[in-house]
Amino acid sequence: MDNLTPRDSEYGLEKAASESKPILDQSAGSFFKQLLGFWVTFVTQFKKVNTVEYPEVKEPTAERFHGRHQLNRHPDGLEKCIGCELCAWACPADAIYVEGGDNTPDAQYSPGERYGKVYQINYLRCVFCGLCIEACPTRALTMTNEYELADDSRRKLIFEKEDLLAPLRQGMLMPPHPMYPDSTDTSYYKGEVTGSHPSQESNPHV
Amino acid sequence: MNAAALIGHDPGWLIAVKGLIVFVLCVLLTLMSVWGERRIVARMQMRLGPNRVGPFGLLQSLADGVKLALKEDLIPKAADRIVFVIAPVISATTCFMAFAVMPLTGEVNLFGHKTVMQLTDLPVGVLYVLAIASVGVYGIVLAGWSSGSTYPLLGGLRSSAQVISYEVAMGLSLVAVFIYSGSMSTSDIVAAQHKWWYAVVLFPSFVIYAISMVGETNRAPFDLAEAEGELVGGFHTEYSSLKFALFFLAEYVNIVAVSSLATTLFLGGYHALPGLTFTEHWLGGWFCMVWFFAKVIGFFYLFVWLRGTLPRMRYDQFMKFGWKVLIPTSLLWILVVSTLRVMSARGEPRVLIAAFTFGIVLLIMAATSLYERATRQGNVEGLPDSSAEPSFPVPHVQGINRVESNNG
Repeated sequence: MDNLTPRDSEYGLEKAASESKPILDQSAGSFFKQLLGFWVTFVTQFKKVNTVEYPEVKEPTAERFHGRHQLNRHPDGLEKCIGCELCAWACPADAIYVEGGDNTPDAQYSPGERYGKVYQINYLRCVFCGLCIEACPTRALTMTNEYELADDSRRKLIFEKEDLLAPLRQGMLMPPHPMYPDSTDTSYYKGEVTGSHPSQESNPHV
Repeated sequence: MNAAALIGHDPGWLIAVKGLIVFVLCVLLTLMSVWGERRIVARMQMRLGPNRVGPFGLLQSLADGVKLALKEDLIPKAADRIVFVIAPVISATTCFMAFAVMPLTGEVNLFGHKTVMQLTDLPVGVLYVLAIASVGVYGIVLAGWSSGSTYPLLGGLRSSAQVISYEVAMGLSLVAVFIYSGSMSTSDIVAAQHKWWYAVVLFPSFVIYAISMVGETNRAPFDLAEAEGELVGGFHTEYSSLKFALFFLAEYVNIVAVSSLATTLFLGGYHALPGLTFTEHWLGGWFCMVWFFAKVIGFFYLFVWLRGTLPRMRYDQFMKFGWKVLIPTSLLWILVVSTLRVMSARGEPRVLIAAFTFGIVLLIMAATSLYERATRQGNVEGLPDSSAEPSFPVPHVQGINRVESNNG
């Protein structure tokens, strides 16, 4: 992926649009005027092409492009998804399947009582409308800009929870692990937890 | 020794070798021209064109051929099976046959034999090419008819009408060449152009030929026979796999064939460009072939350029242009050329010839200006009265009073 070179943003179309003038003269003109068309095609041959040679050169998408979904994490690594299924209910294409599960002291996946035990998005059905993102009460579900979602079997296009979960960032711990000491789920949502605590590392019950 | 005498002394194996060389050259040129056309048209549309298979995408047409060969070969139930199979074969074989009389080089040494790179030299060589081209139309007509389907039938009929109409204009444009060269043999016509190309001497003929050769090959802007917006694919709608590939091949070989004929008849054939005659002796005369194919490729570029520039014509416009413009112009031009020829043959004084030419030019100018005035007046009278209520029902639009807005 390192040899992918970003392309500069000089699109021929943008330039053409800025240079275009309104067509005022609608008459066909003389024979020689009509021959000007040949000049246009001839000169165009030597202009810069608009083609993006896709697999080698990749255009960045628009900033808010609707791409693959992502299940986000709290700053200490716990999952934001609480298994409420609101995304699944919002989905017009019936592409999301969620099964909630109970957090136990042995296995705490998200702050609070419930977490998403099974989370599947079927990309053969998804229309990338983003209604699931709007429905999500914990901002667990968001969309990335990733658009390369082609594959050769139906099974591979049903993304499981582990395919959708955000990677662990600096300071995050892989759940299950206990909640931040002396915190409730409310303090998580208020943004009072900003990282993991050493005591979370060792799971006392495992 | 002239070309005919040289060819007459060819042994059988040499004829076979020459046939093979011509065939291979044709196929190679076709493969390259398919690729070249796609690349050039792409550049004209600010695209890159095929660039994936091989260096610069050069092997693209080969890959396409392999793909076509591996596809399922369908024959529709309603089709006439025998004719359906024969039609593409007729198309593909006839287009190659025109090359038998194309002189590709002057005198060369081929495996120790003095010969010319031309399969045969018929005294009626050009007529033979026209005849072969006409037989090629059978392929299209039969394909359209035997498919047992509506669009192919329409496409086939359009195509035959088109090729026949434009062949008349093409044949007439060649008459002037025959009058000037005094021969119908391709090698003699090339030899007759050693001083002046016929594209210069007989410029109107050249223009008419160039237009009618585009009509003859069913190419844009005259590609009504396979107008995909109107007739799906035209006569080859029902064809798939190798049979379709044969039609595809035939189209491109035909382009090369008419370009070669144009080169031979109007651009001095295999001879070098004026001022570069010394190159004709390089490589023992084989360098002439470079000149020949350079000219052919020039014509091919013209074909591609036309395709990239012009929109497709309407069928009635196309037929009107062929019958009411090209053919009468050709006939008039032949009259002028033959008169001039007879005058110079009789040794009339130069003043008389010059006066005749000047008179013709004056006549043409008068005729065109009269015609223009007539059409201008006709246009003003014929313009529809835009303020009148249209004769057809129009939807009522809230807030817009049609009569008022037109009057204001």
